[in-house]
Amino acid sequence: MTAVIDIAARPRLVTKAMLRYDPVRESNLLLLPERVVRLNESSAAILARCDGSRTVKELIEALEQEYGTDGLAADVTAFLNAAREHGWVQA
Amino acid sequence: MTKVAPPLGLLAELSHRCPLQCVYCSNPLELVDRAAELGTDEWLRVFDQAAALGVVQLHLSGGEPLIRADLERFVRHARGLGMFTNLITSGVGLTAERAATLAAAGLNSVQLSVQGVDAAATVRVAKAPVFERKRRAAELIRQAGLPLSMNVVLHRLNLDRVGELIDLAAEWGADRLELANTQYYGWALRNRHQLLPTAAQVAAAEAVYRQKQAELAGRVELIWVVPDYHERFPKPCMGGWAATALTVAPDGVAYPCPVASVIETLDFPSVRTHSLEWIWYSAPAFTAYRGTSWMPDPCRSCDRRDLDFGGCRCQAYALTGDAGRTDPVCERSPDHGLVTAAVAGLTTRGATERSADDLIYRRYAEVSS
Repeated sequence: MTAVIDIAARPRLVTKAMLRYDPVRESNLLLLPERVVRLNESSAAILARCDGSRTVKELIEALEQEYGTDGLAADVTAFLNAAREHGWVQA
Repeated sequence: MTKVAPPLGLLAELSHRCPLQCVYCSNPLELVDRAAELGTDEWLRVFDQAAALGVVQLHLSGGEPLIRADLERFVRHARGLGMFTNLITSGVGLTAERAATLAAAGLNSVQLSVQGVDAAATVRVAKAPVFERKRRAAELIRQAGLPLSMNVVLHRLNLDRVGELIDLAAEWGADRLELANTQYYGWALRNRHQLLPTAAQVAAAEAVYRQKQAELAGRVELIWVVPDYHERFPKPCMGGWAATALTVAPDGVAYPCPVASVIETLDFPSVRTHSLEWIWYSAPAFTAYRGTSWMPDPCRSCDRRDLDFGGCRCQAYALTGDAGRTDPVCERSPDHGLVTAAVAGLTTRGATERSADDLIYRRYAEVSS
């Protein structure tokens, strides 16, 4: 396992993970067999796009376009590194 | 008192029927008879209420949940409600067809129990020749594309082989292995004199676990559930009484934790007569030990009260007869001698004693005391 995610990698949520919005808690949740992670909006937006179809670079571009901003690369890759470390995504 | 948060998880014990008779089973000594089990529609209603209440994780357990022919229906229904579904099974009864129908119903993950590293070790603990069927179940689970995790309950009879148990989980394709040191409730408490390991045995096993954890990093996640009799402070059981999850037993009685039926001084409510919402927020058995205001000293003034919540209410009851006392595992508990005496008793018995003659196996039929 390399320490930093490749910009050309195509991250996807691991099979055992499930992402959903919870109306009771008004929060996005990442569900795993033994844990529930409450996600902030940006984390949820990144994970929702981790379906193996797009590269990290494309994912960053899509988010920057959607939120009408730029300079997200550092934050997104840092989050993806952590998410992979936690075993939430594979790439 | 702060606002009570809704529960995240529901452990649905679909049946106490089980082909295994594990000596450490955490089910109560008085198991629920088949005739008293909730029917299909009753369980579906429980899941509807759970989802509305805020439950997002459903653990389908038992006994052996595969015994219920309506299991697939439960999985499909729960997925339709947005819940994550996890099957906790011995693997006995799983066929290729069943694995496929469960996967098609949307099952998210499977946790397979293992009792020993081979056929003999398994029979010793479970009194059933099921080792090969477990190996096959692991294959079927993976072939169905289902994420596989495994758990093994550790005790004096298998702690010395923890390295082999970890290797077995890796070989069978688990991505996670829970190494759960025995907690002494139900059948395990009955067998405590045979199951409780020495401190030296625990320390040796933990060293093996740490080494394997480093070796398998990124492949198999290893979880070490601490042997609380050997700790200085109690476990933060369930994150506090009725804080994050609840259990519904096969007969519909609801508990804040899977072993709480041991507490005879509380009147646990049934989903047959009350809504899950009332049970969670208002049932006296659920509010009794919630938060910190119920605490006696030494907990009340303790700097750890929000870390371990006074420990386990069920253990306090099982060992002292009063669920409101400090968990005797805590070195600050006035009852701590009960635990140190049990551990110290080992040295006189001899830690290498391996006689299984007086092991008491879980029996589905009624139990004489």
